[in-house]
Order: sequence, then C-alpha cells, then structure tokens
Amino acid sequence: MPGMFIDVRVDAAAAKDTELAKKLAEVCPVDIFEAGDAGVSIVEKNLDECTLCDLCLEAAPGKVQVIKLYE
Amino acid sequence: MRFYEYESKALFRRHKMPLGQGELASSAEEAKAAAAAIDGPVVMKSQVLSGGRMKAGAVKFADTPDEAAGLFAPIMAAEVSGQTGRSVLVEEKSPVAQEYFLSVTWDGRAKQPVVLFSDMGGIDIEEVAETHPEHLSRTHFSSILPISPRIAKEAVSAVGVSGSDLNRLTPIVFELMKIFLEYDLTLAEINPLAKLEDGRFIVLDGHVDMEAEARGRHKALLAELGVQEEETRQARPPTEFEIQGRQVNEADHRGVAGNVVEFDGNLGLVIGAGGGSLTLFDAVRKHGGKPANYCEIGGNPSVNKACELTKLILAKPGVEKIAVMMNVVSNTRVDIVARGVVKGCIESGKDPKDVIAIFRIPGAWEEEGFKILEKHGVEYCDRSVSMYEAAGRAVAKMG
Repeated sequence: MPGMFIDVRVDAAAAKDTELAKKLAEVCPVDIFEAGDAGVSIVEKNLDECTLCDLCLEAAPGKVQVIKLYE
Repeated sequence: MRFYEYESKALFRRHKMPLGQGELASSAEEAKAAAAAIDGPVVMKSQVLSGGRMKAGAVKFADTPDEAAGLFAPIMAAEVSGQTGRSVLVEEKSPVAQEYFLSVTWDGRAKQPVVLFSDMGGIDIEEVAETHPEHLSRTHFSSILPISPRIAKEAVSAVGVSGSDLNRLTPIVFELMKIFLEYDLTLAEINPLAKLEDGRFIVLDGHVDMEAEARGRHKALLAELGVQEEETRQARPPTEFEIQGRQVNEADHRGVAGNVVEFDGNLGLVIGAGGGSLTLFDAVRKHGGKPANYCEIGGNPSVNKACELTKLILAKPGVEKIAVMMNVVSNTRVDIVARGVVKGCIESGKDPKDVIAIFRIPGAWEEEGFKILEKHGVEYCDRSVSMYEAAGRAVAKMG
C-alpha cells in the first residue's frame, strides 16, 4: 500500500545501483529502502514513517525525491 | 501493584510490626490446622485484592478448628468486587478495646508523602473525614530529607492521643513511614490498627500498593513473597480493550502508546506528555465529558503505533469521537502523531474531520502537523489554547 502522507521516488537509473541501494538502506532510520541484487526497492508500508530527515537526499543528491502528499 | 493482606503482613513482619498469630490456609484441612495451632477463636479472611470483604461475606469468625474447616469453602467462594479468594488467612481473634486508622500515601498536590491517622478506625475513612474531621490528622513529610519519629508523634497527637498510647503508637507510625519510602509504595495502610484490652497495639488488617515501575528495584522482596512476574496485581483484571492496548504498545518499540484504561464514556482520548494525560482526563471530566478511555502517548511513537491506538479506541463500542490532546511536546513530533491518528481514522472507515473532536498538540514539527490536519479538515489548536480549554471544546462537540 502506498503512503498516505509521504511518497519516495528514486531515479530509475540510480535505483539499479547496488552500492547506492546499500547506502540508502543504511541511512534511512525507518527502513523505507531495501537493498537487493537488482538495486533498491521501496518498502511501501514504511513510507508514512518517514521523518523527513533528508539523509536519503544527502546520500543520493538529485536522485531521490521525498514528496509530502499533504502539501 | 497491590499486595494481598498476607503479603502486606509479611512485609510488616520484616519490620517487626506487632502482628497477631496467623497462618495462610489453602484448604479446609489447613484452615483447621491453623485454628488448632492458635487454640482459640479465630478470624478467617479471604485473600483478595479488594476491600469490602466483610460486607461480601469473605470474613468470618470461628470458635473451633472444626468450625474453621467448615467455613473455608464459603469464604473462598464469596465474591468481592468480582474476585474470589486466592486463599484464607486464619488469625487469632484479638480482644479489641479501640480501633485506629493509619495510612501513608502520596499527596499529589503537596508533592509529598502524607500520614493519615485517625482514632476512629475500622470504618470508611472518607466518612470520618467528612463527619468527624477533627478525628483525622494529615501530616506531610519529605521523601528526600531524613525523617524522624517526631513527625509520627505529631500525626498521632494531632487527634488528641497522649500518654502511653502516644508512646506506643509513635514507633508503629514511624515504621510504616519508613516502609512506605523503602519499598517505593504508593499506599501503606493499617486499618484497623487495634488497641487490645491489655493495652498493646496490633495490626489487624494491612494493605500495601507498590509503584508498578518500582518492581525491578524490589525483585528480591517480590520473590520472597512469591509474587510472579506475570502478575499485574491491579485492582481488577485487565479488560480485553486494555490487553489490546498493551499489545499495541508492545508491538513497536518506538515511543509509548500505552497504559490504556477502559472507561464507559463516548469520547475516546489520545492523550499524553509530561503529566498531560492526567490533566486532560480530569479536564474532560470537569467539563462534563465522559471519557471512553485513559491512555498515555509520548516519547515520539511511530505513525503505525499512533494509528493502531486510534483504531483500537475508535473500535470501542460507544465511542463517538476522539480528542487528541497533549501538553507542549518536544521529543514527540506533532506531525508524526497527526499522521497516525488521521490514518487510524481513515483505516477505521471514518472521516477524520467527523471523528476527531479536537487536535491540540503543540510543539515540535507543529507546522507540518497542522498542514496534515488542514488537508483533512480537522479542527486543531496551538499552545495559545490551554489544555483545559481544548478539553472543553472537545466535550462541547459531543452534544
């Protein structure tokens, strides 16, 4: 189920980068990113737990978007 | 957490308080043996975590061991506030000349422990306070500074007790004050504290409540008394609603959404923060509202935790609306709680603007939280509206 308040999008090309995937999975405090062999995937059930900490934005500048669905 | 009378007395015995001869009986045979050992008239008391035993037929007197054996079953079966006995305490029946009331408890307003002492024991102390206030003394003492017997003496003499009675009662009162502090109790009560015909004083009935959070500090005592870890020892068993509330809290380590207590009103409460729960609950009542529950949220619960708590409360029969109110928060985020309760409403099939009577959580990340509430049309207020006023607004919406 997608988030009710938050959506997170990863640039399509960056999403296949396994190193970046590990980095995103490591920095997110609420486990929104999951690293796998094919790159990064979004854990939808955790989207609304996003704390807007921007650590993912800092880990992958310009490649990740955090969207507030209530704005 | 409450102690049974026999456990309270075991604690008193540790401190050499004057107690009569007695044995705990778990069968008619044991009751007979205990009465035979006493070799005289006995009083038999059901061990339940509730008062009102005499009226419920859970306290009886026996003159012989055979009579004691025969009374065991009816005492165990007697229902006291929905509870039946765990066992029966068989004690010698003492020749009482006068009964006193002694209690040490916590005075929340004074923020200090207080000794309550009366020379009219054995009856409802609230009644004494109302009809004979001169017979009840209230003596506060520090829980930080050293205490002395002088405080105990003041408590006793304040109701007119003097002479040898004062000298005999003072050490008993002082010992109870020490017990209260040493074991992190919220209540240590002796009622009645009896003066026997020979002039001695004796603890006839005792009642002790320990602060639940202090259990870890007193593991040795609890083990000695045989209190199992899983025993909550509340005044009544938890309801299904309360059990589910505990599960919500335990399912997620982030923050707190717990201490759910069930009431029978129509206004669900999602409340908390630095004593805010108690204040807000009282405020709702003061405005004539009928809370459906008490709870405590704080410590920055996750969205999921706030959501699940909201769903639990909204699913409670009779709940028409919820009020989401906290003191000003710093470590809890307003937007996270807002997401949780809004999500909880929607997942319960309800429109947040219809069921959230008021959202009053000012503090960290409130701008983000208020945006969420605005989007869903929920009435909210910031810190310029007091908790008391917010509670009033919620109650006013209940019609």
